[in-house]
Amino acid sequence: MAEVRAEMVANVWQVVASEGDSVAEGDTLVILESMKMEIPVLVEDPGTLTKLAVAEGDVVQEGDLIAVIE
Amino acid sequence: MFGSVLVANRGEIARRVIRSARRMGIRAIAVYSEADAGLPYVAEADEAVPIGPAPAARSYLDVRAVLGAARTTGAAAIHPGYGFLAENAGFAAEVIGAGLTWVGPPPAAIEQMGDKINARNLMERAGVPVAAGSREPVADVAAALAEAERIGYPVMIKAAAGGGGIGMSAAGSEAELTAGFATARTRAERFFGSSDILLERYIERARHVEVQILGLNDGRVLALGERDCSVQRRHQKVAEETPSPGITPQLRARMLAAASRAGEAVAYRGAGTVECLVDTQAQDFVFLEMNTRLQVEHPITEMVTGLDLVEQQLLIADGGDVSFAPDSVRAAGHAVELRVYAEDPRRFLPSPGVITEWSEPSGPGVRVDAGYTVGNEVTPYYDPLLAKLCVHGDDRDQVLRRARAAVADFHIRGPKTNLAFHTELLDSDEFASGRYDTSVVARLRP
Repeated sequence: MAEVRAEMVANVWQVVASEGDSVAEGDTLVILESMKMEIPVLVEDPGTLTKLAVAEGDVVQEGDLIAVIE
Repeated sequence: MFGSVLVANRGEIARRVIRSARRMGIRAIAVYSEADAGLPYVAEADEAVPIGPAPAARSYLDVRAVLGAARTTGAAAIHPGYGFLAENAGFAAEVIGAGLTWVGPPPAAIEQMGDKINARNLMERAGVPVAAGSREPVADVAAALAEAERIGYPVMIKAAAGGGGIGMSAAGSEAELTAGFATARTRAERFFGSSDILLERYIERARHVEVQILGLNDGRVLALGERDCSVQRRHQKVAEETPSPGITPQLRARMLAAASRAGEAVAYRGAGTVECLVDTQAQDFVFLEMNTRLQVEHPITEMVTGLDLVEQQLLIADGGDVSFAPDSVRAAGHAVELRVYAEDPRRFLPSPGVITEWSEPSGPGVRVDAGYTVGNEVTPYYDPLLAKLCVHGDDRDQVLRRARAAVADFHIRGPKTNLAFHTELLDSDEFASGRYDTSVVARLRP
């Protein structure tokens, strides 16, 4: 199981993937926005996206859980 | 002279405008979002009004909130700074319609220059050189491919209503253009509310050089020298210098004359900037766009000319004369601006956070325009500019020496900053030689 966490304080601009999706390395899960810059959060370990912990418009803090991939 | 001015902005530029206004005896009124209540500019204003929550759309971009603040404080004028509502012709017209003084160019000039396609066509007619490119919005991918065939690859894909480098990308082939076009449209719609796209011939190994203009009330448009802004990451400026080490006196004279013509073509008043791309091999240039407001990097022009550009903006907006003899401006020495961003110095990714240490450099020729100080929180809601470190000296060598020392003496803890990148830039052979172009950052970060 791999947890994907936010690297910085940011707003969640777009949720690209959905729970239940099978995801490959390099796929975009969500796109964060911070300081007028879009920061895509990418899959590092392939698997099934079992949990998406954020929704569009949320504010995430550094270290907050974004998704779980199993 | 009007007695008060509301500054419809935040951070370092709000502080900058407040400083000049107060020095001139004008009451300075700040507005702030919930995220910015603790910033220095709020404390330094004569009066400060909260205008809404952190997201810019609900505060600094909220026309009703800003005009409401002007009404309740009895402000006589509005200075928009840069970004936010500065190049919004509708806002400028509303300010004037409410009986207030607008510290900026006529709304018609903002509108004419705000659409990049319209601006290109207008400049071409005024005899200002433009790059091969679109004369009308490119409707779809098929039209883009046909247009690129006519212009020749590589092409730059741009939002017609855009600015700040957002949504811009270069395409060297049909495949890249097809992919880039869709992305550019989405971003243009999202950031600028218009999905109009234009294509322009992309000039590789170019320098980005801009001319500061000042439109006077007698109709003259002065060109106050150039700034070289070729040090960029993600098409956004990181460092600027004047004079440009990459243009001959002959080319400079042609660029300054063209910039005056550009301003005259739209009956420009106040401070503005004509951005150009320079092909250093050919020593030739093309018009890129005009920014109808005060520019971030205006301090380096102030340092070499000795003028206070904000003061001139306020005087011109009031309908009067500028503070100097228009024919007597002479540039002296050299100046550099280094933008200190809250971002990591390797990948340039945003780094918000609370500032736990803030210590600015000082010394001969050193000027720091900062938006933050110790204890402030840098939030993800706005751009990453923390401060502008500006250095003036007799010549370029002296300026680079002073700049290296000043960067080493600037201490910020909390958010990561790009100060380490500036050290690297100043020490690089390419920047030190003066023979660099817009790809210099990409070469330092392969």
